[in-house]
Order: sequence, then structure tokens, then C-alpha cells
Amino acid sequence: MGLLSKKDAALIKDPLADNNPITIQVLGICSALAITAELEAAIVMSISVLFVLGIGNVVISLMRNIIPSKIRIIVQLIVVAALVIIVDQVLKAFAYELSKTLSVFVGLIITNCIIMGRFEAFALGNGPWRSFLDGIGNSLGYGVILIIVAFFRELLGAGTLLGIKVLGDPIEKTGVYAFGYENNGFMLLAPMALIVVGIIIWVQRSRNKALIED
Amino acid sequence: MEHIELFFKSIFIDNMVFATFLGMCSYLAVSKKVSTAVGLGAAVIFVLLVTVPLNWLLDQYLLQPGALSWLGEEYASYDLSFLSFIMFIATIATMVQLVEIVVEKFSPSLYNSLGIFLPLIAVNCAILGGSLFMQSREIPTLGLATTYGIGSGIGWFLAILSIAAIREKIRYSNVPPALRGLGITFIITGLMAIGFMSFGGMLTGGDDEAPKEEKTVKVDSKLNTEDEKVIANNIKVNE
Repeated sequence: MGLLSKKDAALIKDPLADNNPITIQVLGICSALAITAELEAAIVMSISVLFVLGIGNVVISLMRNIIPSKIRIIVQLIVVAALVIIVDQVLKAFAYELSKTLSVFVGLIITNCIIMGRFEAFALGNGPWRSFLDGIGNSLGYGVILIIVAFFRELLGAGTLLGIKVLGDPIEKTGVYAFGYENNGFMLLAPMALIVVGIIIWVQRSRNKALIED
Repeated sequence: MEHIELFFKSIFIDNMVFATFLGMCSYLAVSKKVSTAVGLGAAVIFVLLVTVPLNWLLDQYLLQPGALSWLGEEYASYDLSFLSFIMFIATIATMVQLVEIVVEKFSPSLYNSLGIFLPLIAVNCAILGGSLFMQSREIPTLGLATTYGIGSGIGWFLAILSIAAIREKIRYSNVPPALRGLGITFIITGLMAIGFMSFGGMLTGGDDEAPKEEKTVKVDSKLNTEDEKVIANNIKVNE
């Protein structure tokens, strides 16, 4: 890490584990749960958030001294909305099928609390470079959880990863299916996302006792 | 009939929290006490009730492809739909600001108890989600849009009220330390979502939902153990 000072590196490292936006700060849960039935959608969503949060944090940080505090929410919303429109239009142009899968959830990046939360908590009080690192760190932390959840849901639910059949063919009974394994279609349904995230939180807090509440 | 159907559908089947996971952040953050949960739930119902019809009008007369034709023939080919995010969020932010001013004027005590959560409604994804679903599902009339708004608001209210009640009770249960707080709330919400899935066949008689039910049967044993754990914990505490 020759490029970054120790303090700056912490901005990227902390949100990945001990200060994770989803499991510790409780931000941006909605999209994390709704689009994790497929790994591909989760990856695209993480990249979109990375783009919006990274750039948005820099923009807000550059404007932080000229925004009147009374209307800052509206200013922040406009900045995010503009960035999200770019993402949405790019997705529609280059990955139309995928943008159908994500449906309204790309639009909902606007109200994703990670974005507002980081603007409020960090970008309004720090310079552009540190804000940029903070944005990258937090969206990576968000992406990690998204990808873990999507990995288990797609693997156990459909037996595929990124659409590739990794467990063999369920109809011709090859691979694991030859031993009588069945896809657990329930993993693809909405409630299991909540339970998987619950289990991730359980594992994380058992490993790091300092995070336990009460 | 159409209205009643949409009303119940948006409360139970397409419940904002349990079917589409919208508004989860404030749902998790504000559900520690029943009283604040009720206040926030009521505010969400109101804001949804106002913004969904307003955004329906915007969508119908400004944003849809060809919506500008009321201005004259030459405008009919314009497509402003890429502006919908900004227009919707502007309406919502304005309405939330308005609600804040009105509540502060007429009921300062409610205003103080809601505190920071009032402005946070503006970034509650359930509100924007309501408008975006209204747009993507192409709800045909203003009346139906209003019904949809109030229905999904009530659905959200119901969800946050029930989880707040459960969390007040669970304080007396013996939850594993690492699962306390956030973890157990996630798992309970998951179990509640499974419960709400059974409303799926309510309006259709269950015919086209049949494959879903088959899937649930397979994992029943797993669910039972989860339930049993909670029950066993309760028994332990009662003893």
C-alpha cells in the first residue's frame, strides 16, 4: 500500500468487515435483499453502486462548503438522481435484459440509504480524495455482502453460478444430481435472502465478539 | 371491485416489506419501540397516499412517451421518461418537507417524538418504490393509483407494527448473543415473509401459485427447527 497512507487505507479496509455498511451500519438493505437471486445481477448492482457512491461522494465533498444546510437533502438527492439516470441509461443501452431483471431497483439506488448515509456522515466533512476512498470502501463492503448472498442463493437454489451449471444437469441427473441432490427452489424466493443475511450477521458476530449488541 | 382487489393485493400479496424488501432500512432502524413505529408508519401512509397519485399525474401528462401530446401535435414524439427519477424524487422531497412543516405547526409533540425520522421518509425506498412500481405496472386510472398508494402504505405500517411488537417481546427471550439485535430481526422478518407468502393465492384461489407451495413443503423441516428454537427459548425463560 505504497500509494495510500495508513489512515487512507483504513477508509477502504474498515467497511469490508468491521464497519460493513449492511451488517453493521444497517444501510442499503432493500436492494441487497431484492436482487440477490442471481449472481450476475448482484455484481452489476455492486458496480452501479460503486460508480454512484464514488463519484457522488466526490461531488458532494467538492460542494460541501457552498451547500446551505437547510436544503442539503434536496441537493444530495439531485446529485444522486443525476448519476443514477446515467447508470440506468447505460444499462438500458448495453445490457437490456439485465436492466429488466433489476427493474425498479436501479432507480432505487437514489434512495439507497448507503448513499445518503455516506454523504451525510462523511462527504460533508471531508476532502474529495478521502471521500472518494470512503465511497469506494463502502460500496465494496456492500458488494461483498451482495455477492456472498447471491452466491449461496444461486448455487443452492438453481445449481448455477453466473448462469453456468456448476452442479451438473438436474434433468439428465449428472454431477451431484446423480447422488439424489435436489435444487432447493426456496432459496430463490424472497424470504430466504433475509435469513441468509441473518446468518451472515450471526457468523460475523460470533467471530468478532466486540460487535455483539446489548 | 377493482379497487378492493388492488387494495388487498397491495397490503398482503405485494407487501412492500415482505415481498419487495422496500423501506427495510427505516423498518429495521425504527422498529425498536411500538410507539415510534406507529408514528413513522402513519407518516409513510400519508406520504404514499399523496405522492403516488401526484406522480401518476406527472407520469401521465409529462413523462410517458407521447404524454406531451396535450400541448400540441409537434410535442407528441417527445419521450421524457428518463427524467422520471428526478421528477419523482422532487415531488417526494417537497411533500415530505410539507408534512414536516404541517406536523410541526399542528402537533409539536408528535414532531418531537419523530425527530430525525421525518426527513428520512424522503429517502425511504418504499416511497420512491411505490411511485416506480405504479409506473412500471402501468396502473390505469388516478383512482386506482390512490388506492395503490394507500394500500402499500398500510402494508408497510402493518409490517413495522408487527416487527416492533415482536422485538419488544423478544427482549425477554434467550437469543444467542451473536444473533441479538440485528441478526434475529432479520431472521424473524424472513419467517414473517414466509408467512406472508401464503397470502399469494388469496385473490386467485391459489391456482397459479401452486408451484410455489410445492417448494415451501420441501424446506418445512428446516423452518420448524427455527420455530422450535424460538419456542424452546421462550419456555426456558418462562421456567
